[in-house]
Amino acid sequence: MAGDIEIGSQHVIKVENVTKAFATGKGTHVVLDNVNLEINEGDFICVVGPSGCGKTTLLNILGGLERADGGTVLHRGIPVDGPHPSRGVIFQQYALFPWKTVLGNVEFGLKLKGIPKRERTEIALHYLDLVGLTKFKDAYPKELSGGMKQRVAIARAYAVDPEVLLMDEPFGALDAQTRGQLQEELLKTWEKEKKTVFFITHDVEEAVILANRVIMMDTHPGRIKRELRVDLPYPRNQETKLLDNFTQLKNEVWMSVYHH
Amino acid sequence: MRRVYPAISIVGGIALWWVLALIPAFSKVLPTPIAVLQAVPQQLHAGLGTNIGMSLMRVGIGFAIALVLAVPIGFLMGWYRWAQGLLEPWIQFFRTVPPIALIPMVVIIFGIGESAKIFVIWTAAFLTIVISVYQGVKNVDTTLLKAARVLGANDFNLFWDVVIPASFPYILVGVRLGLASAWSTLVAAELIASQHGLGSMIEQAGLYYQVSVIVMGIFIIGIIGFLMDRGVLWMERRLTRWQETLK
Ligand SMILES: Nc1ncnc2c1ncn2[C@@H]1O[C@H](COP(=O)(O)OP(=O)(O)OP(=O)(O)O)[C@@H](O)[C@H]1O
Ligand SMILES: [Mg+2]
Repeated sequence: MAGDIEIGSQHVIKVENVTKAFATGKGTHVVLDNVNLEINEGDFICVVGPSGCGKTTLLNILGGLERADGGTVLHRGIPVDGPHPSRGVIFQQYALFPWKTVLGNVEFGLKLKGIPKRERTEIALHYLDLVGLTKFKDAYPKELSGGMKQRVAIARAYAVDPEVLLMDEPFGALDAQTRGQLQEELLKTWEKEKKTVFFITHDVEEAVILANRVIMMDTHPGRIKRELRVDLPYPRNQETKLLDNFTQLKNEVWMSVYHH
Repeated sequence: MRRVYPAISIVGGIALWWVLALIPAFSKVLPTPIAVLQAVPQQLHAGLGTNIGMSLMRVGIGFAIALVLAVPIGFLMGWYRWAQGLLEPWIQFFRTVPPIALIPMVVIIFGIGESAKIFVIWTAAFLTIVISVYQGVKNVDTTLLKAARVLGANDFNLFWDVVIPASFPYILVGVRLGLASAWSTLVAAELIASQHGLGSMIEQAGLYYQVSVIVMGIFIIGIIGFLMDRGVLWMERRLTRWQETLK
């Protein structure tokens, strides 16, 4: 793969004129209309937009889980034509394998890569340590809280060392306190691991605290409406939310997405 | 507390039975519990062991063949559209026919030997298991399949590492239901055409009006069925500890 990398391009992902429509009973329903987006190395992109505007569809197309009807998605210059471990996905419903232990879940992607048992346990334990769940390595998912499950899913995604993480409302099902905690942890990990993140959320505050770029989408048909750079300095934490600048940005996104 | 009501129910039921059996109007058709117990040693002489053994053997063989065929076929139907399209109409059709209704036809084809009975049991168990396995594959959470694919799973990995374990609880449900239907079908099959077996033992006792043997036979059939069910349940609990359970 390394040989194919487009030299000099700092775009990790480039979305060009992507269009997607679904057939419905009443004809075709255009979900994404001519979407263009360049995701740069180290970006933390948050996507906000009204329900049904095509956020998940866009993420699925980036992840190779769905095909665009028109346009292209390039990952380091190579067209995306299916899922690949270099593009990790984290789902809202955690999607842990219930028959595997926490450790087994985190090891799974490494096993698929053909990494020998001892080494993969080592790697998996490293990432479990990162999300603070070493003690629960032998537990089954059913024994974990929602927040812990999502931490396992994050460790599992990180373990295969993807270049991009695609996250679809990963904290949407969690209570406010757990969500705040996981946001901070994610920021810390992001600063440490330097992954590129594409993160969907409904929560404007979450978007502004995490992102360096907030992408706002509009609906009917789904398209990118506006982009806002968030120039609050990293490292950020819950106290960042108290800054005047933060409130301003938050209001701006809010007005843009939910008011017309 | 949980065990108190079942205990009251069982003791009370037997007491009621006993009282009824002592009333002259019933005593001709209803043996006392003691008479039924006394029938056991007497029947042991007359080949009760062979009867139980024959019944268990038929169920064992018919069920085992059914399981071995139904699991892969159920997977095939759940995984491939074409397999579902080709097989489902027939499976749904035969599922609505009680296996016992097949017996006359089966006897014409296979004669009245062992293969006829085994075939009927096979049909009952096979249809039940195949439907469960197929449902299991259909119900595999698509998010889990996606999660595996983004971690690098190919079709082979998806099948072995996701579809099989995810549908395993359904297979066990299929085993349990399949065993139950195999057992009940067997006894019915033996009632109709057999020399040995618990069904034929009851049938013959009926001819000679040995009510205590009939009742004993019914109890043995029930107890064996119950034990088989418990055995599978026990296995299920051991093998699928990871499963979320409703409390
Ligand atoms: N497989 C599908 N078949 C038909 N329509 C679909 C399909 N998937 C999505 N859609 C439609 O596409 C539109 C966008 O869906 P999508 O899930 O991408 O929205 P979303 O922005 O993620 O919404 P939410 O914020 O509620 O998660 C919706 O109107 C949905 O009904
Ligand atoms: Mg969505």
